[in-house]
Amino acid sequence: MNSPRTLPHLDWLEAEAIHILREVAGQCATPALLFSGGKDSVCLLRLAEKAFRPARFPFPLLHIDTGHNYPEVIAFRDARAAELGERLIVRSVEDSMRRGTVVLRAPDESRNKHQSVTLLEAIAEFGFDCCIGGARRDEEKARAKERIMSFRDDFGGWDPKNQRPELWSLYNARTFKGENIRAFPISNWTELDVWQYIEREGLALPSIYFAHTRPVVIRGGALVPVTEVTPARPGDEVVERSVRFRTVGDITCTAPVESTADTLEKIVAETAETVITERGATRLDDQTSEASMEQRKKEGYF
Amino acid sequence: MSAPLVDHGLLRFMTCGSVDDGKSTLIGRLLFDTRAILVDTLHALERTSHKRGLEAVDLSLLTDGLQAEREQGITIDVAYRYFSTGTRKYIIADAPGHEQYTRNMVTAASTATLAIILIDARKGVLTQTRRHSYIARLLGIPHVVAAVNKMDLVGYDRSTFERIRDEYLAFAGEVGLRDVKVLPMSALQGDMVVDRGDSMGWYQGETLLELLESAPVTQGNAEGPLRFPVQYVCRVHDEGLGRGVGVDAARAGAGYRGFTGRVESGTVRAGDPVVVLPAGRETRVKQVELGGAALAEAAAEQSVTLVLEDEIDISRGDMIVGAGDVPEGRKQVDAMVCWLAEAPLDRARRFVLRHTSRETRAAVAAIEHRLDVNTGERAPAHDLKMNDLARVSLKLAQPIFCDPYASCRATGAFILIDESTNNTVGAGMIL
Ligand SMILES: Nc1nc2c(ncn2[C@@H]2O[C@H](COP(=O)(O)OP(=O)(O)O)[C@@H](O)[C@H]2O)c(=O)[nH]1
Repeated sequence: MNSPRTLPHLDWLEAEAIHILREVAGQCATPALLFSGGKDSVCLLRLAEKAFRPARFPFPLLHIDTGHNYPEVIAFRDARAAELGERLIVRSVEDSMRRGTVVLRAPDESRNKHQSVTLLEAIAEFGFDCCIGGARRDEEKARAKERIMSFRDDFGGWDPKNQRPELWSLYNARTFKGENIRAFPISNWTELDVWQYIEREGLALPSIYFAHTRPVVIRGGALVPVTEVTPARPGDEVVERSVRFRTVGDITCTAPVESTADTLEKIVAETAETVITERGATRLDDQTSEASMEQRKKEGYF
Repeated sequence: MSAPLVDHGLLRFMTCGSVDDGKSTLIGRLLFDTRAILVDTLHALERTSHKRGLEAVDLSLLTDGLQAEREQGITIDVAYRYFSTGTRKYIIADAPGHEQYTRNMVTAASTATLAIILIDARKGVLTQTRRHSYIARLLGIPHVVAAVNKMDLVGYDRSTFERIRDEYLAFAGEVGLRDVKVLPMSALQGDMVVDRGDSMGWYQGETLLELLESAPVTQGNAEGPLRFPVQYVCRVHDEGLGRGVGVDAARAGAGYRGFTGRVESGTVRAGDPVVVLPAGRETRVKQVELGGAALAEAAAEQSVTLVLEDEIDISRGDMIVGAGDVPEGRKQVDAMVCWLAEAPLDRARRFVLRHTSRETRAAVAAIEHRLDVNTGERAPAHDLKMNDLARVSLKLAQPIFCDPYASCRATGAFILIDESTNNTVGAGMIL
């Protein structure tokens, strides 16, 4: 007989995530996998390969584009989808703005929260009954109680009091027409797990995840990148810094951290020692209120 | 640090304590002393602590998540937290321990392999200590640590600890808990959590973290019979293969069928004789693979894909099992059921029972008795209300292929779903 053995933690997390992806495939009629080109969704794609190859994925990839993404990330997104030979659907916040379903209060306002509208429009357009996302419970306090299969009502709303009990690994992804499940296969991963997995699997990432020199303005302790959509304001002092992104989202609300880590190995080492949570350091929109994420989720945010 | 030299796997544990036993403080302490709390979180904590007029940072504030709950000052659901020591990763399931929240405790316990049961050193073994222990036993948690907390408030007195320890060990023996450790602790001062502290030189045992680090997390049922519930069938159609690492295009041509699932018990390798249920067809495993690449073998907890020698019609909900140990199909099961829904059980109703990846309709034939989670006593019962635990007999439309929960959690557990709302209303453990 075999002697008792222990699954290394990444193998355990991988096995759990694959199990969840296959539950989505087995239980849902028309799922989609949210793929932004960011590191968490890069992991999701590798997990989907492990779950379903040599067959095709039983779902298309979907990206909600704010129109304010780094071009490197968009190019990476397209290249990765093509390399896998899987269908990529892109729906953009700018289309919703043209339709009038998204109205900006100020032209330079962050479009991050408006993604919810475009996502719901895409869900309605394609009749998706489940969206697979790369959110993790360790990202933010309001996510600590999030289910792996999170139920959303007809308006995409998340009601913390109306979530289904989740026991063992018996997931309930049933929906009535119009309702939607958000499935989070890497719920139990931390930022360090993600980086370790990327390193172990040798996954490619958009270049801005690695240390590079970029003009930034230091504002409220955060490094705000100077770009076309976020130009320096009068009086700002623009400095060149060696930085890397820990998360890549809408340009207006994603800040890099100062770093010289230009390889996965160095990033893993830095993450293991780091003392600032991912969202705290890098999401410019989450800091306003301790409970702002919870609020946005109730409105249909991922 | 990049690639730890040793990886002692992942341990899922739950914390049980009644209000004010120090559960939040303990979790805060564990996260803080293992450096899982990060500076920005600490700053937010300081702000909140000051807002509430507190002098020092209140570590317990770390763990109450949602705004609604913060406003009410209570925790009403299971929260999951994470920390790592570099050699082992931990997932904490944090559930309120109050009697009214049995369903949350059951939920947290369902995935835990270790339970920390907090005992207030000033109060000793109480009703809630017994409740938490019964639930840990019922849910099959293999390891229990009883932490006698607030030792600082009893002057770190050795005899107080030893009295509580002896009482608890005697009780745990009666309940039938197998692996039980008892330790003295002060979550507030940090004694015996991560650091030993200077106040309990008389105690020679391991700290809480040492107990967590050394708790066995072996692949549960790897020694048991093969149980492989099929989740989804991968087929290669005319549109061709998916592209990706390790895909062997020559082998996986059109007509390929891979049966995906997780090994819930046992091990599997190419050549093994297996039986496919419910059809009862015998065949052999042609290949164990993942992501299109072959594996030498797979054991419990691993997600893989099986390719079989013979062409057998298999779909989601079927189970591939070892030929030497085939579970019987059962259309009637006795189980301990925890009622989760706000509305009581309506015995006239039919439910969907989900067992592994299989679903069938189910009706309650009889409620044998209710279990008093405070005393372990059985009482006659005719109905089931939220948070009740009862022994129930169920009739099923289609057979399920199950094992007793005590021998395999994954093939001994089920949930009940109300089709009119799609809600999960009950959780059961097959006897
Ligand atoms: N003196 C002392 N107080 C403690 C200890 N652990 C927790 N407390 C205090 O007990 C109270 C309740 O603790 P808390 O962690 O909120 O309990 P919970 O309701 O179980 O989460 C708080 O005032 C804590 O500061 C301990 O070891 N010693």
